[in-house]
Amino acid sequence: MSEDKFDAIIVGGGLAGCITAYMLANAGLETLLIEKGNFSGSKNMTGGRLYAHSIEKIFPDFANEAPIERSIVHEKISFMNDDSCVTMDYSTKEASNNEDKSYTVLRAKFDEWLAQKAEEAGVGIIPGIRVDDLIVRDNKVCGVIAGGEEMEADVVILADGVNSILGEKIGMVSKVTPHHCAVGAKEVIKLSKQQINDRFACTDKEGTAWLFAGMPSDGYMGGGFIYTNEESISLGVVFGLHNIEKASKSIPQMLEDFKNHPTIKPLVEGGEILEYSAHVVPEGGLHMLPEMVRDGVVIVGDAAGLCLNVGYTVRGMDLAIASGEAAANAIIEANKKSDFSKNTLNKYVQNLEDSFVMKDLKLYKELPQFLDNERMFNDYPDMVSGIMKDMFTINGPSIPMRKMIMPHLKKVGFMNLLKDGFKGVKSI
Amino acid sequence: MKNLVNVDVKLGVNKFFVDEGEAHIELIDNPDEKEFKKLELACPAGLYKKDESGNIHFDYAGCLECGTCRILCKDTILKKWEYPNGTFGVEYRLG
Repeated sequence: MSEDKFDAIIVGGGLAGCITAYMLANAGLETLLIEKGNFSGSKNMTGGRLYAHSIEKIFPDFANEAPIERSIVHEKISFMNDDSCVTMDYSTKEASNNEDKSYTVLRAKFDEWLAQKAEEAGVGIIPGIRVDDLIVRDNKVCGVIAGGEEMEADVVILADGVNSILGEKIGMVSKVTPHHCAVGAKEVIKLSKQQINDRFACTDKEGTAWLFAGMPSDGYMGGGFIYTNEESISLGVVFGLHNIEKASKSIPQMLEDFKNHPTIKPLVEGGEILEYSAHVVPEGGLHMLPEMVRDGVVIVGDAAGLCLNVGYTVRGMDLAIASGEAAANAIIEANKKSDFSKNTLNKYVQNLEDSFVMKDLKLYKELPQFLDNERMFNDYPDMVSGIMKDMFTINGPSIPMRKMIMPHLKKVGFMNLLKDGFKGVKSI
Repeated sequence: MKNLVNVDVKLGVNKFFVDEGEAHIELIDNPDEKEFKKLELACPAGLYKKDESGNIHFDYAGCLECGTCRILCKDTILKKWEYPNGTFGVEYRLG
């Protein structure tokens, strides 16, 4: 049996899984990665943006070689109601430091590249196989069962995504609740390079990230997004699932209405849908972290609920990559000691604590609750667009600015403004 | 709603390998209406449908495997939720 045993088996070939696999193989561990899709990335999607810092540590200058789409130099944040849109727009030169950059990516291409890197490092990759169960003996995870076959390993890494069925089966992950997640639906729309450059004021390699609060998510927690790819744009909505019963329309309809909003429609005019995808986003932050380690097993990436919604930016991929790195480093040490007990593997949690992952999750731990405030997605978009409308509508004598603004503030309520302002500042 | 969404057209551009032999998601018989309504609203692929005469329909074939229905209704009106067998289901070319 022992000659059949692997040093490590990784379930799931997304970012966290591939990074862990790559690093383990590089350290000489006999590593197997099992992916249920026909290739790594074939089941994965993202809104669109990868912050480079964590992958730069592992693959310096990766963007020269990896299939990235565009480097983000243009940030937009909008408050949007049914008819109007108020936008804050920031553009800058591309950062000179690679770690400060961020890129739009399409996961089917990106993950496939990363899996290829892992394979070149010596990882055995089996695509097209779904892992059905874990082998557990005396409370220690000893391997996986896939397609009726058993495969054993010193350590199993669960990188099986936000619906971590395996993590639930052994009781490490509690089932994701509607309160701790959102669903994202996205269209990838084909436009020519030139059309994208013209419509989003970009050059060939540079692009825009644009988030929208308000109308896209039907006035509830969530939002809309646009990311420019090389020759397409990713356009989507995200909706917090706990509000689904209150929604006035379906999520696909939200996406359609967002796409037909007067601000958006001209931007996608003439574009052809290339793909329609959806994915659940773990948004519970610190409150939804599972039991990360047990004897013979660790959990990484989305499966561990590692995601950070800070309102103006949503991050999961850079956390997944960092968690893969943290897990791999712990496993390499465990391998040297030939000790895969929870105690030794707990170094993974320690590594996470020392990294930005846990620091940021702790820093923003109150934010999910703060953002789940309907004023954020209804009253404020109406308030700012109302102020703008009054400022830019001239018909007869003008009234003083403060008199113009007051009624809009009153509508939201001064106490609410104070309260949200105070809580908002506190939670960041 | 001026622009009524047609999700089937969007799903039509995707690449699917449908496992004709096994449904990876199954509803219970006579699901509770309120629970079903949640899925009608939430499923990004619009696979949970109710027709004019009030009959409900569900087809796993266009599933995007996001798990939304599992999160909302696994303990109420879903009898089964699994990922499709290996190689089957949606295959993103872009993602």
